[in-house]
Amino acid sequence: MNALYIVCGLGLTALVAELFNARKILSILVILGLAAAIGLTIPELGTSISYFTNMVLIDNFSMAFSILIMAVTILWFWMAQDYFNQDLEHYTDRASLVLFTVAGGILMVSFNNMAILFLGIEVLSLSLYTLAGSKRDSLASNEAAFKYFLMGSFATGFLLLGIALVYGATRSFDVQGIAASVVIGSATLPAFFYVGVLLILVGLAFKISAVPFHFWAPDVYSGSPTSVTAFMSTVVKIAAVAAFVKVFSVCFAEIAPSWSFVLKIIMILTLAVPNLIAAAQDNVKRMLAYSSVGHVGYILLAFLAQPESSASAIFYYLCAYSVASITAFAVLLQVEKSNSGTDIVHFNGLFKRNPLLAVGLTIALLSLAGIPPLAGFFAKYLVFIQAIERGMISLTILAIVTSLMGAYYYFRVIIAMFLQEPAGDTLTVSASQKILIVILVAAMFALAVLPDYLLELI
Amino acid sequence: MKIPVEYYLWLSLALFCIGVLGVLFRRNAIIVFMCIELMLNAVNVLLVAFSTYLNDASGQVFVFFIMAVAAAEVAVGLAILVKMHENTKTVDIDILNRLKW
Repeated sequence: MNALYIVCGLGLTALVAELFNARKILSILVILGLAAAIGLTIPELGTSISYFTNMVLIDNFSMAFSILIMAVTILWFWMAQDYFNQDLEHYTDRASLVLFTVAGGILMVSFNNMAILFLGIEVLSLSLYTLAGSKRDSLASNEAAFKYFLMGSFATGFLLLGIALVYGATRSFDVQGIAASVVIGSATLPAFFYVGVLLILVGLAFKISAVPFHFWAPDVYSGSPTSVTAFMSTVVKIAAVAAFVKVFSVCFAEIAPSWSFVLKIIMILTLAVPNLIAAAQDNVKRMLAYSSVGHVGYILLAFLAQPESSASAIFYYLCAYSVASITAFAVLLQVEKSNSGTDIVHFNGLFKRNPLLAVGLTIALLSLAGIPPLAGFFAKYLVFIQAIERGMISLTILAIVTSLMGAYYYFRVIIAMFLQEPAGDTLTVSASQKILIVILVAAMFALAVLPDYLLELI
Repeated sequence: MKIPVEYYLWLSLALFCIGVLGVLFRRNAIIVFMCIELMLNAVNVLLVAFSTYLNDASGQVFVFFIMAVAAAEVAVGLAILVKMHENTKTVDIDILNRLKW
């Protein structure tokens, strides 16, 4: 709970920092504050306390995901210094919007009541719509913000209708209360209850951008400023996936047969479609957007195999995925800055222009593709093990095939970096970004070595 | 005579569907906004009806959350729309198809 207070407090501090001319120390303050929040959360692991008349539940699930969200946010702040510095007038506004997004994310992983889930999603989304449009003179950014807003509130409508129907059938917004009435009355629940469950599924599938509810994601991801895209595809995805897992593993696990068929179709589409489309992309930013949609497919496979006990595998998957993603976006930002574009041709000969960036991006893409011995490989391996344990052989084969398709488009970028003629002069990178990339690469190897520790968190 | 709760269910589902169809088929961004509001208010009607029939106040409290959030959402949405209008001089959402795969 301290983490939530600290993040909200930092957000408010950032809002008034402009008054006290504290802009220069703000990013340091934010990073230290988030680190302190993580430090305060770690000793609480293993406890389970509910707050606000049982509306928020802080247990291992929520703490593990909150720590992950905050850790990724620290790395993101480090990575996105340019994003803040290019518009000094709105430096503090952007920082506070990001922090409120994080606060919404923490609520989304700690809710114990549908009202908090709804408020968490909205706190996260409202800040994010603004961030997506924060490059105010760029039409692409306007368009991304507007599309995101439209699709986000449309999805919220479905989610709310689902919550209302479930409330009508169970007389409760409480997660445990809903679960209890599902267990007791699964034979007597009215038909509209099941409609409600499916509407919640649709609403949350929009939020985690699962196919066929993903159509907004590539447009929004490629239109937003690149730093914001990195934030959306890591922090926001973690929160949305965790909320999805919690709703369906706690509330509706008992009636899994009624939604698992729909979820299975969604999962198959999410594995196949984005990986196919990504192979046809010439823009690396857009390709990463499709790849982030595709990764949701593997998470759904793990969830579908074992709805009640897949949280730790999903947590590990998200750790591996977000570290690799942040690395890829850190390099993408540098290339975008020097070549003012993110097409594959801009990556030509990157190894000759700056070996560190090229090697960092290569390792990140190999991890995303799931090549051993990187973290991404173990994450996929755990997912496949879970699926095979439950006899989902054909789906596992499909997932392996799509991850091979994924390797194809990741390797296109790697080949361009190492074998093509350079697309510009030597690319110089500031010292702090160099350190960041080294740390991220080390983290990708470290995650591969330490999966046991992370898997025991939840 | 008491009105059965099903009537409210059908009423709010009808309102919700009108909202959904409006979002999908209208081209004017302001009207699309209004249709999203219609979807949220359909949910409000349903929540209040359920809350009364179940003798449980929490449904009505939820309605307040939805109303507050809907107001905030419209504020953000209109701000984005104003910015878009400054850059494109139109509120037609067909303008929004520059980003395509």
